[in-house]
Amino acid sequence: MPKVQKFLNGICLAFVVVIFALPFVWMISTSLKTLGETLVFPPQWLPENLVWQNFLDAWNSGPFLKYFLNSVIVAVGILIFQFATVIPAAYAFARYNFPLKNFFFAITMVTLMIPAQLIFLPVFLNLSSWGLLDTLWGLILPFATSAFGIFLLRQTFKQVPEEVIEAARLDNASEWKIMRRIMVPMAKPTLVTFGLFSFITHWNDYFWPLVMTTTDQSRTLPLGIAQLRQVEGGASWNILMAGNMILVIPILIIFFIAQRQIIRAFVYTGVK
Amino acid sequence: MSQDLLSHLPDNQPVAVTTRRSVSRDFLRPYIMIAPALIVFLLFFLFPIGYMIYLSFHEWNFISPEKTYVGLENFKRLVADPLFLEVIRNSLVYTFLSVFLTITISLALSLWLNKKGWIYSFIQGAVFSPHIISLVSVSMLWMWMMDADYGLLNWFVEKLGFEKVPWLTDPKFALISLVIVSVWKSVGYYTLIFIAGLQSIPKNLYEAASLDKTPKWRVLTKITLPMLSPTLFFLTIIGLINSIQVFETINIMTGGGPVNSTKTLVYYIYENGFVFFKLGNASAAGVILLIILTILTLIYFKVLSKKVHYQ
Repeated sequence: MPKVQKFLNGICLAFVVVIFALPFVWMISTSLKTLGETLVFPPQWLPENLVWQNFLDAWNSGPFLKYFLNSVIVAVGILIFQFATVIPAAYAFARYNFPLKNFFFAITMVTLMIPAQLIFLPVFLNLSSWGLLDTLWGLILPFATSAFGIFLLRQTFKQVPEEVIEAARLDNASEWKIMRRIMVPMAKPTLVTFGLFSFITHWNDYFWPLVMTTTDQSRTLPLGIAQLRQVEGGASWNILMAGNMILVIPILIIFFIAQRQIIRAFVYTGVK
Repeated sequence: MSQDLLSHLPDNQPVAVTTRRSVSRDFLRPYIMIAPALIVFLLFFLFPIGYMIYLSFHEWNFISPEKTYVGLENFKRLVADPLFLEVIRNSLVYTFLSVFLTITISLALSLWLNKKGWIYSFIQGAVFSPHIISLVSVSMLWMWMMDADYGLLNWFVEKLGFEKVPWLTDPKFALISLVIVSVWKSVGYYTLIFIAGLQSIPKNLYEAASLDKTPKWRVLTKITLPMLSPTLFFLTIIGLINSIQVFETINIMTGGGPVNSTKTLVYYIYENGFVFFKLGNASAAGVILLIILTILTLIYFKVLSKKVHYQ
């Protein structure tokens, strides 16, 4: 590349980084300001002193430990249920032939296309008549399996060469053992990919807990953070941003550690 | 559980003893394996859809035990409701604007950022990062940046020599502001999928073109874009499906206002169901969303089975 062109390219790259990174920097900077420092125009880029107190104020403005634990229980609970239901279903769809297999797989694929935003109202009514409204079960059970996970893992199981399984059968390994000792370890990268996708999705989720919970007993972190606006008043941006940092930091840490797997996890949803 | 018990049986027992048992065991095994997943699908996805369709033909306020059959009354009322028509209009404007902008920007970005080297992978990561952040944080961060008096965005606007913009408080701007947030959040995801698409184009096509000294723009329009068309099509449909269901940003940033200018379909369902307890109305609107999603999905599978490319 000629020098001028290289220089222009560099400027454009820097511009793109600014557009996507600056809002995060602004969030961090605001979260450490005093209220007075947020109410100036033109904006002040950096706080004079770092006000860590904002984080405590945000955390103490509601039962945040409860929200946090609820979020962990829900996201991890969903993950465990999903692994337990997705692995056998994907294995059956990948390796066995049985009557009505295509019908059942079609049901799975239809479910893949049904978003929570379409079914929340009838599910809400069902959960309420089963007494599961405003409980953590109501946040976990509807996602106890994943059509996407079944789809993804089925592809992986299908790629395991038939000889490997035949060899194991000759060694008198039971079907259950083949699945657990051979197939699952071979599918580990896919399981990690899917696990990251599932955890991040449900950790971040705001819609479902908003609709299905009514008390702090079962609210999760995203809801608690969104409620800060009512508790702290709409304009305490320093405290609101500190609260959001609590929600964002775990995800950003995971992103820094496992950037490549996370990108693969999310891009997988796009390239089937 | 039953499999755990069965797995203790050695598999090579004398034939006479186990044949019948293992045949029925082998026959049932796949069904037992898919049963938990299918039960969840039935209880939480398929049955609710049927229930919603049922409710859309009934009048119900959640409290009274009576559900009165009213035929198509709920749908007629929706179509006659000026607010619902505005909701549909808002949803369509939001959907087409955000899909068009996201696709165009991310296609351009992908053609530019599809290069090797740590700088490019760093930038790809940076562009992608908003996609994994909770919509709660994205919404609140942008509310703060779009604050009319002290927001960072209006500082830029003034630097460029314009008047401060009332991003979220003026009906003229609020929907566009929500589109900006959605584009910012999802452009990185689309870019990475486009890059994956670009990398799967066979290299020999480009080699042939460079042997022929084909000009760059012709390579783009005759090779790259046609070969990318399956990805482009997939992302357009996914984009339409996702944008038509927008809810979180609206719920947090504008609450449907000012003067209903950002009320969209899912917000309307939510409000009718959970604020006004008009479950018949809400379900009828839900059925309309179901129809839209079904059409998009059918188009997707139809075209997918024909394969959109030219090789």
